[in-house]
Amino acid sequence: MDKTEALYGMVAEFDSPGALLHAAEATRNAGYERVDACSPFPIHGIDKALKIPGSKVPWLVLGGAFTGGIGALALQWWTSAIDYPIKIAGKPYLSLPAFVPVIFELTVLLSAFAAVFGMLALNGLPRLYHPAFNHSRFHKVTDDGFFLIIESEDPMFSRSTTREFMAGLGGTHIEEVRG
Amino acid sequence: MSSVSLPESKVTGEIVEDPRTRTTLVRGGLDFAGVTETICRSIEGKTPIGWYIAFGISLLMLGVMVASIGYLFWVGTGIWGLNMPVAWGWAIVNFVWWVGIGHAGTLISAILFLFRQKWRTGINRFAEAMTIFAVICALVFPTIHVGRVWLIWFALPIPNWELIWPNFRSPLLWDVFAVSTYFTVSLLFWYTGLIPDLATLRDRAKGKIAKLGYGIFALGWRGSNRHWINYEKAYLILAGISTPLVLSVHSIVSFDFAVSVVPGWHTTIFPPYFVAGAVFSGFAMVLTLAIIARKIYKMENLITIDHFDNMNKIMLVTGMMVGYAYAMEFFIAWYSASPYEGFIFLARAKGQYAWAYWIMITCNVLVPQVFWFRSLRRNIPVMFVASILINVGMWFERFVIVATSLSQDYLPANWGYFRPTLFDVSTYIGTMGLFFTFFLLFLRFLPMVAIAEVKGVMPEADPHHKPAEVK
Repeated sequence: MDKTEALYGMVAEFDSPGALLHAAEATRNAGYERVDACSPFPIHGIDKALKIPGSKVPWLVLGGAFTGGIGALALQWWTSAIDYPIKIAGKPYLSLPAFVPVIFELTVLLSAFAAVFGMLALNGLPRLYHPAFNHSRFHKVTDDGFFLIIESEDPMFSRSTTREFMAGLGGTHIEEVRG
Repeated sequence: MSSVSLPESKVTGEIVEDPRTRTTLVRGGLDFAGVTETICRSIEGKTPIGWYIAFGISLLMLGVMVASIGYLFWVGTGIWGLNMPVAWGWAIVNFVWWVGIGHAGTLISAILFLFRQKWRTGINRFAEAMTIFAVICALVFPTIHVGRVWLIWFALPIPNWELIWPNFRSPLLWDVFAVSTYFTVSLLFWYTGLIPDLATLRDRAKGKIAKLGYGIFALGWRGSNRHWINYEKAYLILAGISTPLVLSVHSIVSFDFAVSVVPGWHTTIFPPYFVAGAVFSGFAMVLTLAIIARKIYKMENLITIDHFDNMNKIMLVTGMMVGYAYAMEFFIAWYSASPYEGFIFLARAKGQYAWAYWIMITCNVLVPQVFWFRSLRRNIPVMFVASILINVGMWFERFVIVATSLSQDYLPANWGYFRPTLFDVSTYIGTMGLFFTFFLLFLRFLPMVAIAEVKGVMPEADPHHKPAEVK
């Protein structure tokens, strides 16, 4: 566990979503850049407070949707009209209306893959280990704990003033985490 | 909307009759930790003895299914009552029935999400689980119905030695794509919703195996708001694409019938009629399961009587839609002036399957009428019986559609009467074992209520919530 010795940052606990939101706003206003807020459910407003950029998931889904739709059309067209055309019930080889259901289904399927796996990739998950888990009470983050993290990489980070700053915001159980 | 002597909610004693205000979704004064505790208790606490009994029975029924299918593979589909003219017997009836049941889960998770119906959080998790297990049961039937099951891969566009491809103009092939996409997307949707809750279980786990198992499947979720923003967007998009998906799936299932030229099947009302019926039967199944699970696991504070009230209203609406479709089919049969259409609908009501038709009408049209009355919508024994009768009725609906039209089509010389065999029954009962085995494992190992989502709709979750405002 030698590598875990490096200081990752300072973690403080807050007692309510409102307190965490105010702390996040104050931290950003004080000039901290590398800040994260962890909570059992999404708290709306924190994304603005921390200036988290908008999600890129919709663009990935759009890509998935086009891939699925065009791929399904190409698959049906090539197999039914090019590679081995068979006349069935007097229908044209390229029966576009009959191809709509499969085009629709594959559009949805690849969009869903893009949404879920894209979301995980953008979040850097799966990542089973994270330094924040070393905080003694961080297990409450999935129960009723609200945590603010200031990373040591932040140019304004200082072990003493950051701790005082977080205490001043009403944070409790302020701990340095390593890893 | 006057509130005259209404029965009080047993849980809190408060009545919210003013439609401008919302009833509280979480009762019993639970805070965030209380919600976590209530839901996780069912997994971490001692497993009720009833669970073991139910699981034993389910495994037994699952064994019946495995044996029936094994014998089917050995001998062939001749062990069923299938024959000309009714070549689509119980296998297709059961397939449509199970797929239909699955639809309520997606409706609750996706459509109610888009409509911002916050009450869905109490029931969406196990409705979604029910969807997945019901679709698995559904997929069993077309797979084994093909006869030579080892050739089922012919349905997929895989290059093979004969150099031919599946016929993409066939509704049966659309069905392959629709149902498998539906299964995959439902699974992804369910799992995405589970990630934060698996993290909760991971953080509470005491044993090494539990820590490891939940830890792996939680993917290292840590509730970062940088993650939540992507998560919520992905969830919203999944809801958005699942909504047309769920409508498409049962529409495509109905195309299996409607695209043919069999009297009684070849109608344009089939897609909406099938979708309404699917939602109807799915809600009935959610209700049946919810009533039992809520009682056994003491979830009355999270799955409240108001949830049931809302579900009963949806069942009343969809039941009326189904009833309208039954009437409209008769009207169109007469209006079309097609003698074959007219004959087959009269045969449904008065012919050899009239008994099945009237069971269907009783269960699907008459039974839900009890839900016009508020006191009956909030009466658990009444809704429990009604929910089971509705699923009986919906099974008969599909049976009536399949059996009447096939048994008496254009050529009277070909007419027949379908009789199921023991193996029809045992395979059907067996898939219920499959369903309940999965469902009981789900209740035992996964949170039956969406922990993070329930917390998110509590008033305390709003960062501008002031504790002083709480009454």
